[in-house]
Amino acid sequence: MLTDFLPIENGKAIALDQVPQLRFEDFQRRTLQLVEHGAKVVQFFAYADQGAIKLLAVLRTRHLLVAACPAPEVFPSLTRHCEPFHLFEREIAEQYGLRPEGHPWLKMVRYHANQRGVADVFGNDYAEDIPGRYKYYQVAGEEIHEVAVGPVHAGVIEPGHFRFNCIGERVLHLEIQLGYQHRGVEPLMISSPTKRWPIIVEGIAGDTAIGHSLCFAQAMEALSGRPADQGAQRIRSVALELERLANHIGDLGALSGDVAFLPPANYCGRMRGDFLNLTLLLCGNRFGKGLVRPGGVRFSLTEEIRKTLLQRLAELKPQVLHTLDLLFATPSVRARFEECGTVSREDADHLGIVGPAGRASGLDYDVRRAFPTEAYAKLDVRRIVVSTGDVFARAKIRANEVRQSIALLENLLAEPSETATIQPMPSTLAPASLAVTLNEAWRGEVSHCVLTDAQGQLLRYKIKDPSFHNWNGLAMALRNTGISDFPLNNKSFNLSYCGFDL
Amino acid sequence: MQSILLLFIAMLLAPLYAAWILKIKAFFGGKKGPPLLIHYYTLIKLLRKGSVYSTSTTFLFKMGPLVSLTTAAVALMFVPIGGSPSLFSFHGDVIFVLYLLGLGRFFTIAAAMDTASPFEGMGAAREAYFPIICEATLFVMLILFYLLTGELKLSAYFEGLQPLRFWHTAGATLLFVVIALFIVLLTENARVPVDDPATHLELTMIHEVMVLDHSGPDFAMIELGAFFKLFFYSAFIARLIFPFTMGPLAADVALFFAILILIYGIVGVTESIMARYRMDKVPQFVLTSFALAAFATIITLEYIK
Repeated sequence: MLTDFLPIENGKAIALDQVPQLRFEDFQRRTLQLVEHGAKVVQFFAYADQGAIKLLAVLRTRHLLVAACPAPEVFPSLTRHCEPFHLFEREIAEQYGLRPEGHPWLKMVRYHANQRGVADVFGNDYAEDIPGRYKYYQVAGEEIHEVAVGPVHAGVIEPGHFRFNCIGERVLHLEIQLGYQHRGVEPLMISSPTKRWPIIVEGIAGDTAIGHSLCFAQAMEALSGRPADQGAQRIRSVALELERLANHIGDLGALSGDVAFLPPANYCGRMRGDFLNLTLLLCGNRFGKGLVRPGGVRFSLTEEIRKTLLQRLAELKPQVLHTLDLLFATPSVRARFEECGTVSREDADHLGIVGPAGRASGLDYDVRRAFPTEAYAKLDVRRIVVSTGDVFARAKIRANEVRQSIALLENLLAEPSETATIQPMPSTLAPASLAVTLNEAWRGEVSHCVLTDAQGQLLRYKIKDPSFHNWNGLAMALRNTGISDFPLNNKSFNLSYCGFDL
Repeated sequence: MQSILLLFIAMLLAPLYAAWILKIKAFFGGKKGPPLLIHYYTLIKLLRKGSVYSTSTTFLFKMGPLVSLTTAAVALMFVPIGGSPSLFSFHGDVIFVLYLLGLGRFFTIAAAMDTASPFEGMGAAREAYFPIICEATLFVMLILFYLLTGELKLSAYFEGLQPLRFWHTAGATLLFVVIALFIVLLTENARVPVDDPATHLELTMIHEVMVLDHSGPDFAMIELGAFFKLFFYSAFIARLIFPFTMGPLAADVALFFAILILIYGIVGVTESIMARYRMDKVPQFVLTSFALAAFATIITLEYIK
């Protein structure tokens, strides 16, 4: 009987029967041992294989580790020992109707009936108006007041419900309830024809179209044995960095706007558009939709476009650097950013925060460095970590990553990256296989996990956006912070609603 | 007749000046900004709409905009525009005017509380808190002006050459008063760094959040009232920083309106070059105005002896 996890590689397929099938007790014991020694959760989900429900976990240490086990209908919750399992276990309960016994706060994630058609773990009748029936976390006392924001917000943003338990202007607790944009992306992948897959994946989170597309394409390449050539890999890395630049710059501008400091807000808004236009030049879509496909890219980087990109980048670089200087050198801005919404390193580590938000709290994890894909193994991606964990740290990380991304782009575009463009999807996937892919999108670790059945059809498509890890970080940042600083903190994380809601 | 005409011009121009601030901010942001007549367009647009009332509100909610507009308009009638005699003036009108504006605020707050929205309650709490400090500042200034003139009416302080006499007797300490008055202007009119009139984020608003539920003509009244209030405070600062008279009334008035462009411009520049304060730091900022006014008064008291 196997008792241990199997090390796997990012973006390499393995046969499903190679995945260690442990007994549940061994699975649980070993998982907790690993996380106690610093392993982090990448994926944890249930899937149905020939009528039997199984649990599969992907952990990361310096390697990616995988193991599976048969899923009991009721199992002792791992969250009691390790907080990062919290949302994963709620998701399993919601998707497959399995009950994690002793889970500290077992509530629904996205409000939908489970896929097996068994009794609902939360006792919900989904024919009813569910959100209204849920009892929110409450704080009692003389001067306590509760503020409910959303799901419909001022401004053009996604829907999400926020409950603040406040004492005066101070927030005691923030409860975040999402799920309003649940589209059922994971089952949709299974039921859709192959040619629709890339389109669906690009729509998981529109602002991370490249990040999710990369995860999808790498998984398909691994399962079909058709890797992208080096030219295509460089172009895809260019696209990922452009996506990072556009979003980071847009968010820095929005942060500036939230403290009513208008000049950088306006400049950044314009420059975000300029960077989106570079992606437009690359593939004809400002968000990079239609560029990344399994096996390569649909648009090659001609010499003419490469030179134009380099030239526009050279024009934008001094403007970007100047605006960042203006933002960070203004005392009244620093006064707002510093010591606002602090997430300590311990809390960030405890919650398993990833991406820039994690690096702002001193967690040194970047997929581009830890599990490099595409052209990143050949690039010098330096460590960028700040330890204060406040809004200032999160803004600073973004600013430093903007500088780094510009340098990476200059490097990537320095030499020609011609590639043969590809059109059709791979015809067949390897039967009974598993592929796990990770990429560092601008919010952090995006991961897709693909399982195929004996006929080479999709058995399970599991998607994880970094926001899935990080929403609790935002709730933590708001503790003991003024309620009027919520928009600022929210923007410093800028998490995805639709990436979470799937 | 002349006072009525001037008052009419002031009321007509108040929205235009407010748009000038937007122009300045747009310039600093590298944008063209809205047209200078934007506020007139907005007011006309709002007046042509209907108002929407929540079923949970009472008559108080409908009274809020009406009272805040009328109090601001009546307050303007006591302002000696361009140093010319004001429409109304009586002994003790200073206190009357201050509490007239207080009455307007009371009804705005009452209307906000009437909606029972948690946002508006928060905004009302903030709106009730910060102006208290402003009131203290204004009363300290009142003490100073009373000691210097022996009068308790606005026209006695700001008419003709009186502001120039202030500079003669109080000297440079009057600068403190000007700065304090400017801070009061920023606070009372919900400008950066105290409040952000441009934000759409309910949780950070002070004044704006209280009027979220007002719509159509009601909202137009609130907007117009806000323009009057801004004009009210700016007019005093204009008289203080340019206390001279040219002789003919037309020239004085023209110059007064020119100085106003400068003051609104300074408001715009202030909003462009700094971020707003964190909510818990705002009282410290507003208290600065009190400290400055108190300083000026104490120094001047010694000086007069």
